[in-house]
Formats: sequence, structure tokens, C-alpha cells
Amino acid sequence: MRTSRIKWHIVVFLAPAMLVYTAVMIFPLFNTLRLALYTEVEQSRVFVGLDNFRTLFGDPQWSGAFWNALWNNCWFFIIHMLVQNPIGILLAAILSHPKLRFAALYRSAIFIPTILSFVIIGFAWKLILSPIWGIAPGMLDAVGLKFLFAPWLGKEEYALTTLALVSVWQFVGIPMMLIYAALLTIPEEVLEAGEIDGITGASAFWKIKLPLILPSIGIISILTFVGNFNAFDLIYTAQGALAGPNFSTDILGTFMYRTFFGFQLQLGDPHMGSAIATAMFGIILIGVCIYLFGIQTRLRRYQF
Amino acid sequence: MSLQKIGAALLATTILATGASAQDVELTIESWRNDDLTLWQDKIIPAFEAANPGIKVTFAPSAPAEYNAVLNSKLDAGSAGDLITCRPFDASLALYDAGHLADLSDLGGMANFSDVAKSAWQTDDGSATFCVPMASVIHGFIYNKDAFGELGLEVPETEVEFFAALDAIKEDGTYIPMAMGTNDQWEAATMGYNNIGPNYWKGEEGRTALIAGEQKLTDEAWVAPYRTLAKWGDYLGDGYEAQTYPDSQNIFTLGRAAIYPAGSWEITGFNAQADFEMGAFKPPVQTAGDECYISDHTDIAMGMNAASPNADAAKTFLDWMGTAEFANIYANALPGFFSLSSHDVPMEDPLAQEFVSWRGECNSTIRSTYQILSRGTPNLENDTWNASAQVIKGEESPEDAGKRLQDGLASWYAPHM
Repeated sequence: MRTSRIKWHIVVFLAPAMLVYTAVMIFPLFNTLRLALYTEVEQSRVFVGLDNFRTLFGDPQWSGAFWNALWNNCWFFIIHMLVQNPIGILLAAILSHPKLRFAALYRSAIFIPTILSFVIIGFAWKLILSPIWGIAPGMLDAVGLKFLFAPWLGKEEYALTTLALVSVWQFVGIPMMLIYAALLTIPEEVLEAGEIDGITGASAFWKIKLPLILPSIGIISILTFVGNFNAFDLIYTAQGALAGPNFSTDILGTFMYRTFFGFQLQLGDPHMGSAIATAMFGIILIGVCIYLFGIQTRLRRYQF
Repeated sequence: MSLQKIGAALLATTILATGASAQDVELTIESWRNDDLTLWQDKIIPAFEAANPGIKVTFAPSAPAEYNAVLNSKLDAGSAGDLITCRPFDASLALYDAGHLADLSDLGGMANFSDVAKSAWQTDDGSATFCVPMASVIHGFIYNKDAFGELGLEVPETEVEFFAALDAIKEDGTYIPMAMGTNDQWEAATMGYNNIGPNYWKGEEGRTALIAGEQKLTDEAWVAPYRTLAKWGDYLGDGYEAQTYPDSQNIFTLGRAAIYPAGSWEITGFNAQADFEMGAFKPPVQTAGDECYISDHTDIAMGMNAASPNADAAKTFLDWMGTAEFANIYANALPGFFSLSSHDVPMEDPLAQEFVSWRGECNSTIRSTYQILSRGTPNLENDTWNASAQVIKGEESPEDAGKRLQDGLASWYAPHM
């Protein structure tokens, strides 16, 4: 039986990647899940089962903060889905138009913010939107719309939406690139066949291209979902760990950071922090499962 | 030069270098004061090393906001420095309880500090002291003397005069009356609530009564400062809701604002930035002649990593920190960080002199939320930041803020249950 022999070379080649991945990803993940089941009493770690989760969801102080962060996170995601991804698709459709000049320049220009650090983005936008030194009030003034200006980052009702839009600005290049790549793979013959049948211009996009790039849109949606529910950096650099004003920009990432590492006089609580991290993991897991089993399997794929 | 010669030269320098460091004990200081890096490198460490040959000291600060988290991780991993800059109260107490900070009660230099100075770095019963006090900061208001001169304003003594001055500045329109924002939240609590508050709750009297559970945050003495803060919103600059702490500092030092609710730690920076003359006044009292109270907050100290392999050298350093020499260098290089030692430290900076002169006229207290009360969840200090910012913006009434804080405190702190 030749087929049942263990193919050692596969194991050897996989081992380095597996070991590194286990050490830096899998082990910390499971250790975090385990840490959530403990608490600290008198300098020693005690197993308390699901008590931390009971506190997190049962104690009004904790659950209030948790649901606030979760809802803010959902809103952050909704903005990305409604603004970032449609704009990304639109830009990709425009860029893939054969008659567009300087397409490569636009493509790079739109993609550049994606590779910038969150710290730069956070501070740059904070300065742009600053009511004191920012250029936003001046620019609005120049077109006679000064009355529209508000200290957006300092107002409870606008701060989160503003930051979500900053994040959209930063990351719109990613859906654009993915969709652009998907559009380029559509064979000319299919489009030409459509043209012969009288489908051109916009209707070619809606009827031929869009169905063909749906799997890519699905992937982008799930990347956006995972990215948004893991988000932390932008909020932290722009608003600090307290996610002001009045916790209106507090998302699960900042809530977890504050709890885990502590803040100012609040001492860090790694166990409650791990409980929040576990809840985040659960939320993302559920979201990804819904996508994988509910949507991904129903998408129709075309082979050329 | 041939490769061999270079190799030999390199080898020689390596041997020489190791030869030199073999005799020296190297101490590393953990700190959040990255602003003070040059001061330590150019003044304090050379002075110490000159007096104590054989000990080399490195000052290795990290960013203020990350300090606590970074330090805790380093201590747990066993990679922290020998000397640890101590935050006041619970952050350091937790480190001591966890066995990370050594007990320094027997250190000779400790005799040079009063009990009040040491209180921020002691166990609750005062039996062990684990950090050598370095400095305190005093709250008050810094004002632009040129602006006050132009508008013909007097330094306000009472609250009525204070708001009259703000009205006059606002009326004139040349200057923003007061430079403060609510974006970062902590200024509202630290430079707002805990700056003006001691006059209402009578300093230590109210603070200790609150800890003992005899007073509540819903009492008039604790709500009234919020009522005053609520009036501040009208006098802050346009868009103050998104104004950050550095924004406020810049607005004031650029001469665009007349008054800056301050902590004395600003003095060094302001001296370097502002090209107008500055003065300071203490938090105004309600009626003329009232006894005044100031926040003279014990802010910074130095302790020893209990796991340090160089304990003797570290103790030598800490002992030296109790001397008049250290107090002098520190207080004069960093005007605004006032020595807590009982040495008589002459200071040259006029603004710093003004701040420290209030110690003689008023009763000193520390920030109300720091001792014991911020131990639980919800954290009273963080909640106070939020409440102060909300009250200034007019989004929460002073009474509601007091009630919210009291409810939070009562949910975990036995004397208030």
C-alpha cells in the first residue's frame, strides 16, 4: 500500500509555519479564553468558571458599557458597509473603464492611505478637523458653508460617525483593489457576447459584471466585519482610551484595552479583559459562521 | 588599515569596555516623565555619579499614557529596571502588595519627609513606606499679565470677581477668556473640578469625611463645584468640545487666551513658549476673607524594584534622593514640581514662587479621588473626568452628575453603601 505511507516531507515543510503560528496565535488565543475563567483574589489566581461573564452581562455597570461598545461597533460596521464598500466598487468600476486616463495614478493615490499608520491618520485628521487650527473650518468658510462646521470629534452625536468616515477614507482602497482585480478577470468574450445581445454600458455592469464579482464582495464584507470588530487603533489615537466624548466612540477594542491594561487610576484587570476579548471572539466567530454557512454556500460561481 | 588590524582594534575596545563596566553597577530608572530626559541625563545623574563613583545610572522613560501598562508587564516578566518611578496611591500600592516594590521604611533619607508627603506611598495603615517622595504639583490659574493690563483687570480673589473678569474679557473680544477643552476629559476634572473644589469641600476636612463615608458626593459641598464648572462652558473658545490638551496649551502660550486653568507642572513649558509675562492666582474663594484651600497634590516618587539584583546601589541612589542636593537640582530644573522634603529649597522662577507661596496662605489638600476611592469599579477618577466634561458641556446637570458618581461609589465602597 504505497498511498498510506506518511509523506514526511509535507510535515517537515509545514512545521516551521505551524510552530510559529501556534506560538504567536493559537496558544495566546486559547490562553486568553482560559484566563477569562479566572479571577484574582489576594494576589493569587482563582478559578471562577463563568463568573466574569455573569458580571460582564449581569452587572449594570459592566453590561451598560459592553452593550454601548457593541452598538457603537455595529454602527462603525454599518457605516463601512454602506459607505466604504459601495464607493470601493464604484471606484473599481470607474478605474476598470478602458478609456480612463491616468488610471494607475488614481489607483495608487486612493490606495496610499491604506498603508499609512493609524497614528498618522488619527493625528492628521484630528488636526484637519480641529476647530482651532484645522483647515476644515477654513475650507467650509471659503465655499460659504461655515455654518455646517461643528467640532465633530467633540460632539457625542457626531464623533463616532466622523471617525468611521475617517476609517472609510483610509481603507476604501482595499475593496477598490479587490473588486478591480475581480473585474479584470472577467473575460472579454463574455462582455462581447453581451454586447451582441444589446447589453452595454451601465446595464453591462449591473447584469454581467456585478453577478460575477459577488463572491469578491462577499469576501470584502467579511474582511470589513472582522476588521471593524477588531478595530482599536484609530479610536485610541484620536480619542484616547476613554473614547470620549462620554464613551460615544467606545468600541469593543477600546473597552477591552481599558479593562485589560487599566487606565489612569483604574488598575488593569486581565481576567475581565479576557472575558471581553472572549466575547469579541465569540461575536466575530458567529458573524463569520453566518457568512460562511448562510451566504458563501449560496453564492453562485461561474467558471470560464 | 588591514582587516586584521581593525579586528584587533575592535577586540581591544571591547575588552576595555567590559573591563570598565565590570566594576560599575548599572541602575536603570523606569519613568513616565519622558519630558525630563535631558534634566536627568545632564543634571541629576552626573551629580549623583560624581558623588558615588562605581554606580552608573540610566534613565529609561516610556510614554505617560502607557507607563502603568508597560511597567506592570515588565515587572511580571522580570525585565523592569532597578528604580521605579511611583504614581501616587493605589497604582503603587498594588505593586507593593504584589511584591514588586521593596519596603523602604528603614531608609535613612526618609527622615527628611513629612508624614503627609509620605502618605501617598504608604500602606493604608501607614506601617510601610515604599517610595521616596519626589514632588507635588499645585493647582491654580495662570494668566496673561499683558492681557490683564490691557483690559485693566485686577487679579480675582473671589468667585464673583472671577466671573466678572471672565465677562470683561469676553465683552472685549480680543482674547478667549479661558483656554480649556473637554476633548481629553482629564483637564475638566483635574484642572477644573479638583482645582476649584477644595474651597467648597474645605480641603482635607471634606476629603477625609468622604473617605470615611460621612459626606456624600451628592452633598452641597461636592455638587457646588460642578455648578460653578457648568458656567465655564460660556467662556471657553469656539469648538472647545474638540479642543485637546496641547491645543489649550498652545492657545494660551500663543497669547490668544487670557486665563489658563493650570497645574504647576505647566510652568517649564510655558516659560519656554510664551513671550508675554505670566502671573498666577489661586482658586477664588466664595466670599472675600474666606479661608482658602489649594490642591497640593503628591504626584511623583521613586521606589525600588524588589527583584533588583543591585539593591544596595539602588538604596544608595534613593538615599541620595532625600538630600538637599537632589531637592535643589530637581525643584530648580523643573519649576512647578515642588519638593516634598523638609529641606528649605530656594527657587528662582517667579511663577513657581507664586504657586508655592500659597502653601503659606492656604490649607493644602490632595485630589479628592486619588486615595482609596478609585479602587473599585466603576472607577471614581475616570467617572469624575467624564462627569466634569459633561457638566461643562451642559449635557448633564450638576445634581445628576453628583448622583451618578455617588451611586457608582456606593456600589462597591462599604462606607458609602
